[in-house]
Amino acid sequence: MQLARKDLLGIESLSKKEIELILETAKTFQEISTREVKKVPTLRGKTVINLFFEDSTRTRTSFEIAGKRLSADVINISQKGSSVAKGETLLDTAKNIEAMGPDLIVCRHWAAGVPHFLASRLKASIINAGDGAHEHPTQALLDLMTIREAKGKIAGLNVSIVGDISHSRVARSNIHALNKMGARVTVAGPATMIPAEIEKMGVKVSTDLRKGIASADVIMMLRIQRERLTMSPFPTLREYSQLYGLNKEALKGAKPDVVIMHPGPVNRGVEIDPEVADGPYSLILDQVTNGVAIRMAVLYLLSGPKGKAAL
Amino acid sequence: MKTILDSTDMQMAIDKMAKEIVEEAGSLDSLVLVGIRTRGVPLAQRIAGRIRESKKKEVPVGTLDINLYRDDLSRLDYHPIIGKTEIPCPVDEKTVFLVDDVLYTGRTIRCAMDALFDLGRPDSIKLAVLVDREGRELPIQGDVVGIHHPAGRGENVKVNLAETDEKDEVIVE
Repeated sequence: MQLARKDLLGIESLSKKEIELILETAKTFQEISTREVKKVPTLRGKTVINLFFEDSTRTRTSFEIAGKRLSADVINISQKGSSVAKGETLLDTAKNIEAMGPDLIVCRHWAAGVPHFLASRLKASIINAGDGAHEHPTQALLDLMTIREAKGKIAGLNVSIVGDISHSRVARSNIHALNKMGARVTVAGPATMIPAEIEKMGVKVSTDLRKGIASADVIMMLRIQRERLTMSPFPTLREYSQLYGLNKEALKGAKPDVVIMHPGPVNRGVEIDPEVADGPYSLILDQVTNGVAIRMAVLYLLSGPKGKAAL
Repeated sequence: MKTILDSTDMQMAIDKMAKEIVEEAGSLDSLVLVGIRTRGVPLAQRIAGRIRESKKKEVPVGTLDINLYRDDLSRLDYHPIIGKTEIPCPVDEKTVFLVDDVLYTGRTIRCAMDALFDLGRPDSIKLAVLVDREGRELPIQGDVVGIHHPAGRGENVKVNLAETDEKDEVIVE
């Protein structure tokens, strides 16, 4: 079994077997991060460029640490402080970066499809680190890993994704990932934040938080992305928080062994109560730890010289 | 295909290796056996079993995957699937006996030594192999060797173990 592809652009095009391979590889990489010397020489001489057109702490740092633990050279380029701010086009930026010979480019962009655009024009492997409201594949993979660790399995679990489904690439990648792995997905949120016909992706829909999480084994809370909202889909943040915020009260109707996840950054007191975010059923920090292992696995599997076949 | 060890021969060879490892190690308190994946692992466990019987002493057994340290990663079509590395105790100040099935070029052992140094600083590293087939490309030798069997470049020396291959034998193809 190999990851016979040049790029990782989304979960939608991955097979269950490929997902399993990435999860298994990530599991073996966890051990490296517990060593005193947290480094193996595997990607010595490879160059990874983090090309971020959108703010990020977790994902960018996570890819950087993952690359460095595998001995790759990691360079960060962000929109602020680069020539992009001077008006250089995306393709020009990319071609110039390519001329410096990177092996892998980790790309985040506010527009959906940018990683695909780069993947078809550059020789380097492209890893999608979030493109608009489209996909964020490594987030879904680390979520799968965290769920499997906590519950021992993924198939057959009920997973509820709560919040702004419309604008969420995390939700989209997770719906694909969870469906492929055999979990049952419910999305919950205000009707204004749930895309029309989302049922076609194979999910149940609820506009009531309590009903939406009643049978859940896993609850994934999404961030209210204030920076992405042009027109407010709800009257006030306070009202959203009262109706869709996850607090102790709302959790009373959930299963006693439910676990709670959040891709971060958390808006404390908006979509999730501090008590819940820091509670014993919260896996938020496990997600971050597993993120490094997942990104190590993806960098490793895409670095084979002939991993250049399909998209 | 030629059988160079059958299951009885193999048991005798492993008995002999266990004995020699105890002698080489000096103190059993600081001895750790580390099997190199895949077939070094059951071999190390069997050796630990022999030591348990003869010396009434439990010697820790670890497993090591060397793929992340290979020198030919950039020549492989795909990066290999990685197995778990798990050593039950710190290797610092220990006598680590690496255990593998076949010693050929020595490159695997070089990887294993590099991997061990990333896990700590053992007092010494020694090497036990079931079959030394010669053909070294690096200055590496076995401290404890089950059998010597010089094999040509085109030949394949294959160790089958009950744990992984249903049957104990060493064959040359």
